[in-house]
Amino acid sequence: MLSRTADHVYWLGRYAERAEEIARTLDVQYRLSLLPHERSSDSVGWAIVLRTLGLEAAYAGRHERLEPHRVLDFLAFDADNPSSILSCLRAARENARAVRGAISSEMWETFNSTWLEARAQAPSRFTALNVAEFVDWVKYRAHLARGVVLASMLRDEGYHFMQIGTFLERTDSVARLLLIRIACEAAASENGAVAHDYYPWSVLLRGLSAFESFRRVSRDSVRPQRVMEFVILHRDVPRSIYRSANLVYENLQAVANAQSGETERRAGLLHAELRFGTMATLAPRGDERFLRDLLARTADLSDRIGRDFLGHVA
Amino acid sequence: MERPALPCDEMYTADGHVRPHYAVYADWLTRQADDTLRRKRAEADSLFHRVGITFAVYGEQDGNERLIPFDIVPRILSAEEWRRLADGLRQRVRALNAFIGDIYHGQEILAAGLLTPEQVFCNPQYRPEMQGMDVPGGIYAHIAGIDVVRAGAGEFYVLEDNLRVPSGVSYMLEDRKMMMRLFPELFSLNRVAPVEHYPDRLLENLASVAPAGVADPTVVVLTPGAHNSAYFEHAFLAQQMGVELVEGQDLIVRDGFVYMRTTQGPRRVDVIYRRIDDDFVDPLVFRPDSVLGVPGLMAAYRAGRVTVANALGTGIADDKSIYPYVPEMIRFYLGEAPLLENVPTRILRRKDDLAYTLAHLDELVVKEVHGSGGYGMLVGPAASEAELEDFRLRILAAPEKYIAQPTLALSTCPTFVEQGVAPRHIDLRPFVLSGREVTIVPGGLTRVALRAGSLVVNSSQGGGTKDTWVLES
Repeated sequence: MLSRTADHVYWLGRYAERAEEIARTLDVQYRLSLLPHERSSDSVGWAIVLRTLGLEAAYAGRHERLEPHRVLDFLAFDADNPSSILSCLRAARENARAVRGAISSEMWETFNSTWLEARAQAPSRFTALNVAEFVDWVKYRAHLARGVVLASMLRDEGYHFMQIGTFLERTDSVARLLLIRIACEAAASENGAVAHDYYPWSVLLRGLSAFESFRRVSRDSVRPQRVMEFVILHRDVPRSIYRSANLVYENLQAVANAQSGETERRAGLLHAELRFGTMATLAPRGDERFLRDLLARTADLSDRIGRDFLGHVA
Repeated sequence: MERPALPCDEMYTADGHVRPHYAVYADWLTRQADDTLRRKRAEADSLFHRVGITFAVYGEQDGNERLIPFDIVPRILSAEEWRRLADGLRQRVRALNAFIGDIYHGQEILAAGLLTPEQVFCNPQYRPEMQGMDVPGGIYAHIAGIDVVRAGAGEFYVLEDNLRVPSGVSYMLEDRKMMMRLFPELFSLNRVAPVEHYPDRLLENLASVAPAGVADPTVVVLTPGAHNSAYFEHAFLAQQMGVELVEGQDLIVRDGFVYMRTTQGPRRVDVIYRRIDDDFVDPLVFRPDSVLGVPGLMAAYRAGRVTVANALGTGIADDKSIYPYVPEMIRFYLGEAPLLENVPTRILRRKDDLAYTLAHLDELVVKEVHGSGGYGMLVGPAASEAELEDFRLRILAAPEKYIAQPTLALSTCPTFVEQGVAPRHIDLRPFVLSGREVTIVPGGLTRVALRAGSLVVNSSQGGGTKDTWVLES
């Protein structure tokens, strides 16, 4: 497959996933902001979201004050924010358009109509009432796209590169979602707020479509360390970090070339650590440190894949 | 419904009777309510948007992809009309390929005095880089789009030969797909010759001109990129043929061969169906500022290690200054009488033609010899005094840059417009493939001027398209 085609398909996977992940992150934070005990720290929570997503400076360049409804708008619809949901859907569509001959027609039509519909919605912006509706729409379109890929895309290199993009992005996003939670907990305890663990952690699980699974699998109450372990290590949870790292590794093996040995080794090592490790062995210096290292490792894999396969220059 | 206007209408005879090959369709049409047709047209628009069958407009910001208006009333040709037309097209394209081969080899046509050396060698479309070079099968214009109109009592005239990078075939295919989706019943009522196998034929044709000795040639489509106005078509054809769609940056020339950069390293390319102009193909030979082309491609091409389709330098045969001589070429190279007529053309480098044209400017169509896309053209009867005067001055400044033709009363075809079904002027671009043999998929792209009375069918000037039916019986 052409390196340039592989590059577009890889970024198609990343942007499509990122749109959904931003929607999920926004959903979690918005729901939390409605909880009584977190309400006082509403703007603190949104500041943490922006910081963890690396968007603090971009936001400050657009708005003087940190106001929840502006942050929502910035994350969902701001065309000047390259990580807004709208921008990600647009980027996914542009990447699909660049390789529309190399993916299935149904895929192209799905990403194209998602973008056309998103653009039509954008001018109306948010009211407090339709945040959930918009998030649901983004998730629904993501589910639809996944189904179309599953049902119509040839299992060639393009498919594997799209999967690699998707699951690297998911690893990164879920790690950031956990980091946001950790930072919010820390901020709350500084304020002396006594929070019941159940609410914020169950909202997080719901944001990952994993609340019911957690209940069924863990037969335990919702406690921070249990949720953390579940989201990071559980093999059967579709959005767990282990599972994403596993799929990155598997798909990377399927496209291996003469120069990709070291990249494969690093992806395999990450997969093996998550496969056979425990939270105690993985995060001896704390969950936050572990998650930050994980972000660095996914960034490293992305760079290396760019050089090994996609024609990027070091 | 408005009555069919003069001159010749595809559906109606001069005295208002439905022509036999339109009978089944006309009967069906009278039974459709305007509202139904309107709804179907809206459905077509939304489908075209979703599928992204759009073209980018030069000079507009990105994201402004427009639809080419699609008309839901088909243009229908009878089996007999098509047979005559197809014979004429095959003949014409054979002669044009012979002409290009002759120009770049022995130049017998110059020796015979049918053209002057100046007309060829001073033409910017002549490529000295092609001189003396052999191409596989002696084929230069592998894909030709010949613009044909009907005028007078319905005779066919060739208006223009497009031999460089003719476009529009994707609309021919998508228009058919759309018609079959919107009005499936019409296809059980009529025996319409299928066109869907065009990409197959195209791939076969391209593979047949691969460099000698290549058993399983790798074909690619070379596009200027996603911002080009015809990008949809490039992607569509690559996808339909199952070949890679490459940009210049994806290709490299190494040790005299052309390779594409893939995830598994460089891979040999044997045939390049290029959709970029000659000028941009290789910055080492043509425009040095081109970022669309491939440095070294021309050397590999000259060495016979890759086939470029269409060949470089085909513009020498479709230039408007050469067009008037095509009937002579047919006699000269094939020894046959031309089956299709040229539009009578005045060549303004000739003194008497110039004088006549200046005296009858308001009756004639004047075209720049190197113009295309309906730009740089004067339609005398539709022009204002100021426009006529402006063109008069331009012609006087450089008469050799212009040709003049009578304003043809192009045939009309019923078309669904705001007021309902009304006649609008049309043309036809069939696509002729030349490889081991010369083939044509029945029909082509019918373009329609949507404004009442307008003769300009170009999509860049507000023209639309129609599905084109060739009836099998």
